[in-house]
Amino acid sequence: MEQFAALVKAKDNKPLRYLIVDDSIFARKNLAKMLESFGGEVAGEAGDGCTAITEYERVHPDLVLMDITMPQMEGIEAAERIVRQYPNARVVMVSSVGYQENIVAALQKGARHFVQKPVKADVLYEVVRYVMGDDVLTAQTVSAGGK
Amino acid sequence: MKMELIQPFINSADAVLAQSLQCETRVGDVSMEDEIYRRKGVAAIIEINGDIEGRIILDTDPGTAMHIAAHLAGGEVDSSDDLVRETICELANMVIGNAITSLNDQGFRFKISPPQVHAAEHGLSGNEETEALVMCFETAKGSVFMNIAMHYKRRRKEERAAAVVG
Repeated sequence: MEQFAALVKAKDNKPLRYLIVDDSIFARKNLAKMLESFGGEVAGEAGDGCTAITEYERVHPDLVLMDITMPQMEGIEAAERIVRQYPNARVVMVSSVGYQENIVAALQKGARHFVQKPVKADVLYEVVRYVMGDDVLTAQTVSAGGK
Repeated sequence: MKMELIQPFINSADAVLAQSLQCETRVGDVSMEDEIYRRKGVAAIIEINGDIEGRIILDTDPGTAMHIAAHLAGGEVDSSDDLVRETICELANMVIGNAITSLNDQGFRFKISPPQVHAAEHGLSGNEETEALVMCFETAKGSVFMNIAMHYKRRRKEERAAAVVG
C-alpha cells in the first residue's frame, strides 16, 4: 500500500486515533490499513451505530469514520447522537451510497465530510487533513519545525 | 426491465470491480432469466425498497471469491474464512451503492438493506412483475455474476390504476 507522510496531532505529535464503524469486517480492515499508512492508530472498531456510540465514549478518538447503511442503528443517526453529546466530535461518513440527500442529511446531523466507497487512500488522506484542520501536522512539518 | 435501470448497475460494477481488483473488466454474457436462480458459489444479496423494489445478488464461484478476497486482503485467505464471504458482501455493497447513488440522482427514491450472505442454493425467480437479468463481468480474478430482479413500484401501481379506470 502507498505510504503517506504521517499525520500527527499538533498538540503532542502523537498519532491520530481513529474509530472505524462499519458492519463489514472487510471494510474495517481495509480502512485500518489505510489509516495505518497515514501513521494513525485504530483506537476502536464497531459494526453498528449503537456500538459506535459506546465505543466513542470509551476511546474518545480524534476522528470517526462512519458507514451509513448498518444494522440496528444507521450511521447518520449514530453520528447525530455522538455529535449531540460531544459537539467537538469529528465524524466522516464513509459509504457506497453517496446521493445528495444522504450527504446533506449527514452534514446536517453533524458529520464533517463524506467519502464514497470504494475509498481511495489519497482521497481519504486529504479528507482527514481537511477535517482535522490546524489540529494535525504532517511528519515533514514536524521535522522541519524541529530543526 | 428498462435500460435506464440497468445501465447504472453495469457502469457501477465495471468501475468498482476495475478499481478494487486493479484490472480491466469486460461485460460478458447478459441474459434474462425466468427460471429459479441457482447460486454459483459465494453470493451476497441486497434488497431494495422504495420507488423501485427488488433484490440484487452478486455471485462468484468459490475459487474466484477466494482470489478476490486474497487480492483485497493483500495475502492468503482460507476458502472457509468468513473474510471471503465478507469480501463478496462488501463488493456487492459498493457496486450496488454506487448504482443506487446514480439512480437517486436521477430522481428515484429508495433505500438498500445491508448486504447479507446468500446461503440458499436457490434465489428468487423472476415473475411477471419482477424480471431477472443476469450479467457476467469478466475480471483478471475470474467471473463475477450479478443477478438483478426488480420492478418499478410506483409506475406499476399507476399503470394498474389507469387500467382499472380505462
